[in-house]
Amino acid sequence: MHIEIEELAKEFGTERALHPVSLSIPSGALIALLGPSGSGKTTLLRILGGLEFPTSGRVLFDGSDATGLTVQERRAGFVFQHYALFKHMTVFENIAYGLRARKRRERPTEAEIGRRVNRLLDLIQLPDIGPRYPTQLSGGQRQRVALARALAIEPRMLLLDEPFGALDAKVRKELRGGLRDIHDTTGLTTIFVTHDQEEAMELADLVVVMSMGRIEQVGKPGDIRARPANDFVRAFTAA
Amino acid sequence: MSDITFIRAESVTTEPRLVRGAVIGTVLVLIAILLFAPLIAVFAEALSRGWAAAVASLGAPDARSAIRLTMIVAAIAVPLNAVFGIAAAWAITKFDFRGKAFLITLIDLPFSVSPVVAGLALVLLFGANSSLGAWFIAHDVRIVFAFPGIVLATMFVTFPFVARELIPVMIEQGRAEEEAALTLGASGWRAFLTVTLPNIRWALLYGVLLCNARAMGEFGAVAVISGKIRGETTTMPIMIEMLYNEYLSVAAFSLAAVLALLALVTLTLKSLLEWRHADVLAATRRH
Repeated sequence: MHIEIEELAKEFGTERALHPVSLSIPSGALIALLGPSGSGKTTLLRILGGLEFPTSGRVLFDGSDATGLTVQERRAGFVFQHYALFKHMTVFENIAYGLRARKRRERPTEAEIGRRVNRLLDLIQLPDIGPRYPTQLSGGQRQRVALARALAIEPRMLLLDEPFGALDAKVRKELRGGLRDIHDTTGLTTIFVTHDQEEAMELADLVVVMSMGRIEQVGKPGDIRARPANDFVRAFTAA
Repeated sequence: MSDITFIRAESVTTEPRLVRGAVIGTVLVLIAILLFAPLIAVFAEALSRGWAAAVASLGAPDARSAIRLTMIVAAIAVPLNAVFGIAAAWAITKFDFRGKAFLITLIDLPFSVSPVVAGLALVLLFGANSSLGAWFIAHDVRIVFAFPGIVLATMFVTFPFVARELIPVMIEQGRAEEEAALTLGASGWRAFLTVTLPNIRWALLYGVLLCNARAMGEFGAVAVISGKIRGETTTMPIMIEMLYNEYLSVAAFSLAAVLALLALVTLTLKSLLEWRHADVLAATRRH
């Protein structure tokens, strides 16, 4: 799905989290929103997912205005920073949650839900963890379950908030490849937020560098490295 | 380095045996004096003229009506306060709005206001001398010195219990799980039922039990608003006081023993639930 962001701004009270920003995200791309904390990257992601509403500006999904769509109507697969898995449910039930939440006529049968959950568990290469509880999983496993849960609703896009932030360096490297594979398999437009420039540069097709609620530069990783638009981008990507 | 051989087996937070003994001993003595001795005294006094006398006093019409009234009041006040408490905790922890701190203070108000004052306030508000009270009386609804007043007073006094238990738990849990449910297509109501409620169920149970214990035991506010009409508006605590003032100590302490037993039953129920669901509790603790 092609996403068009037009002059999007967000204020929390008197604080400007996002100055009017515009951005065009081509269908099927893997995008990194890169910036230090407080740069507005998470706010932008949450607006796309329908978890925050902009103060002004528009969001277009495949050319039609999506600004007023509710979070449920957006069908965005969202992976939260600390995964937000449902602690009282098994992994299976976590992944099945979105399918069970559908209206009765759109809801798959139990057998179909089971098939889909198992297919997703295969996709994240953890076929046997269905009966376990989130607390019994490692950080990396939890992240993959969160990804499977987000994919279960057949999302129109995938939004990830610091998907590797809570993991140690080794697991982080492994899972980067995993996200790339899942993106390539599903072909979903994928946007992830990170403060780690190495992660953004290695993984993304297109990197959006943000600071203080503004977009500083948009470009391919190599271009940003080779031709930083200003001092901030140069300093931040050199780190 | 091999000369360091006096490694202590205990952890750094473990005190010397003497200190440990003194602290634990002090607590045990205090518990014995403050908790167990009075409880035993109540039961001993109730049974001082034998089991039959105690049971007979409980069979008296006034005692039975007091027990019934207390149960009915609790059965109305506790569920309503559970709903209000959930709503208040939900509003405070899941939304940002102006006046939030003020709302939290308001919820605590019944804790800081003396129950007698609360009772008097309700009498003033709904009594015959106020326009609101006059309106109710004109429509043949009696609130003061009647059942609705007792329920109102009980609800006022027990209002904070559920919300107070829930707010810290819900603050700690944050909003991420609810947000996750919404992004997965769940309605707000569904997210509440399938995500929020299971996450807060133990705090909720705790709050409800505390609320229930207080609802059954409330004296001050109910004493003022009920008018203490014997056999009609006397709840158990008020009946106990009346019997005691009339030197009917067996009857008074038998009823007191029943009230204490009701409290003990709720506590036992809670411990039993915690024990039976210990595994689930452990599994659902924070990551």
